[in-house]
Amino acid sequence: MAADKARKETIGAVRRSFAPWADPGKTPLIRFENVVKRFGDFTAVDHVSLDIYEREFFALLGPSGCGKTTLMRMLAGFEEPSEGRLTLAGEDLAGVPPYRRPVNMMFQSYALFPHMNVQDNIAFGLKQDKMGKGEIDARVEEMLKLVKLEKFAKRKPHQLSGGQRQRVALARSLAKRPKVLLLDEPLGALDKKLREETQFELMDLQMDLGMTFLIVTHDQEEAMTVADRIAVMNNGVLVQVAPPAVIYEQPATRYVADFIGEVNLIEGTITQTGQDETHLSSPVTPFPLVVAQTMDCKAGDTACIAIRPEKLRIALEPPADQTENVFEGEIWDIGYLGDLSIYHVELACGQRIKVSQPNLSRVVARPISWDDKVWVTFAPHAGVVLTR
Amino acid sequence: MAMAGEKGRGRWFVIAVPYLWLLALFLAPFLIVFKISLSQDVVAQPPYAPTLDLAQGWAGFTEFLSGLSFANYGYVLDFSNEFLEAYGSSLVIASISTVLLLLVGYPIAYGMARAPRSIQPTLLMLVILPFWTSFLIRVYAWIGILSPEGLLNQGLMALGVIDTPLEILNTNLAVYIGIVYSYLPFMVLPLYAALEKLDLTLLEAAADLGCPPSKAFWTITFPLSLPGVAAGALLCFIPAVGEFVIPDLLGGSDTLMIGKSLWTEFTVNRSWTVSSAVAVLLLLVLVVPIVIYQNIQQRELEAGK
Repeated sequence: MAADKARKETIGAVRRSFAPWADPGKTPLIRFENVVKRFGDFTAVDHVSLDIYEREFFALLGPSGCGKTTLMRMLAGFEEPSEGRLTLAGEDLAGVPPYRRPVNMMFQSYALFPHMNVQDNIAFGLKQDKMGKGEIDARVEEMLKLVKLEKFAKRKPHQLSGGQRQRVALARSLAKRPKVLLLDEPLGALDKKLREETQFELMDLQMDLGMTFLIVTHDQEEAMTVADRIAVMNNGVLVQVAPPAVIYEQPATRYVADFIGEVNLIEGTITQTGQDETHLSSPVTPFPLVVAQTMDCKAGDTACIAIRPEKLRIALEPPADQTENVFEGEIWDIGYLGDLSIYHVELACGQRIKVSQPNLSRVVARPISWDDKVWVTFAPHAGVVLTR
Repeated sequence: MAMAGEKGRGRWFVIAVPYLWLLALFLAPFLIVFKISLSQDVVAQPPYAPTLDLAQGWAGFTEFLSGLSFANYGYVLDFSNEFLEAYGSSLVIASISTVLLLLVGYPIAYGMARAPRSIQPTLLMLVILPFWTSFLIRVYAWIGILSPEGLLNQGLMALGVIDTPLEILNTNLAVYIGIVYSYLPFMVLPLYAALEKLDLTLLEAAADLGCPPSKAFWTITFPLSLPGVAAGALLCFIPAVGEFVIPDLLGGSDTLMIGKSLWTEFTVNRSWTVSSAVAVLLLLVLVVPIVIYQNIQQRELEAGK
């Protein structure tokens, strides 16, 4: 227990202060410089510039076909960039074949060699390096222990469960101690509970080994959980690169706001700007809307307010606090999830917004019900104004 | 219960169909040939004795049994009669042919499996296309190519590569050429099937772990295509051992193959009994590779993919 606590404290200390991307003195480990990748007429990756730092757990997040996997495959060496430069630890990777790159990949399908047992799968990469037999055995042992598969060393992949195969794939890709580990949708085939467990295991592993992890995923929760920074991609372009909390709370565009989590987008026109204050008018509500944010734009510009369902409050009475923004509407639908209730509120103009409220008490005197007239409020610092 | 019984009967009926098929078309003819191999040649119709006369009842049956003997097997297995030599030579020719087929067929199958998906059906069609012409005619065509005045010799002489025609026809070399040509689709198709289903991400994984492509072929591609290699090899080896047409048409008088010996025994020496014994022994020789083939197929099924 004491050791656990000490370990947690060191991890906490590292995690709290880890932000090499904010330090201009740090040299990135991986640099994508204006990288373009075309397949025929199709541009899969469009002028991407991205720096990834040592010991970072970096997530590429986006819908399928957004170019995130292509970006990773270029780093692994399976695709060559059509334009631009890709460097790893200062070395230009152009023309370096995959088998000479100090990166290893964990494949989405795991790609375990079906004719080799677990032990031989893990040892495969080490044998390519002409490592001594004793050394290989020791490393394989260590890896088996790391992924808790000591008892399964002699099994063939088809004799393992999905979760065990996933761990063999992980052990195999870690065995060579690569500078960078690439993870292509590594947890996609696992069920929800196992996936959540494994996410935390991956984080601990990355911490303990001090490696740089680059994960590709379409699962925003997964990216939020594991990553130090997330790059959101769409149509081959990087939309936003930032730590999870920034991505969630200060999305750069409507696309990011909408892709990560649930959001209500209220379209409107800016009426007034000022220090830490932006006013908008919106057809959605007769009341002016105020957001505590300094915007670099002028009155008359169109913009939208993005606001998360959990940051809205719902009541059967008009609010007493006049500084809050308010919508009037009618309950359209209710979803009871146990811990939360989701209310779909139809505003006068016809737009529906989502409000989620924790169910704080088991018994409520007058629960909000279908067709009730309700007031939805949010504080000026709860929403964010987006112009793109 | 009644339902289960009905279902059980329905299932038995379905399972019985292939067994009846085997019984009628494999086991029954085999038993007839086996019986003839235990008989003696006689100048009569049919040309062997004894025959079972059911009109005499039990006595007829015991008399029939006492008339059977393994004498023909003794004759076939006698070293002075060239049959053993023919078996051996057949196995050698079939083995060498199988190796040659593998060497020729593997690159073809590999090229087909790696070709763009859109042209793979066309390539497959091209491999199967020769079957549209009769096997006999295709083997005859090789006489025209390999004979001293044939296309090959004329071509080579016109090019000035050789001055005198090469002696290929009526040698074992012509037999090898004939077998490799005729059996190639049986080698290519199972190899292609094995190579085509190979997951290419495995090769990416090998490269990712530091294994260059040339080495990945031997550590990943080849071992995973072994079921195809085994299937192709046995599909070629088994019929090649008993091959008769190719050695008869392309081989020389010194080409010794058991199929040819059997034919001679049957047509020239008119001994149904000895040729039946030769056939039964040939079957025994081939049981070993057939059982191996069955085992491999079984394991493939059990590996479950």
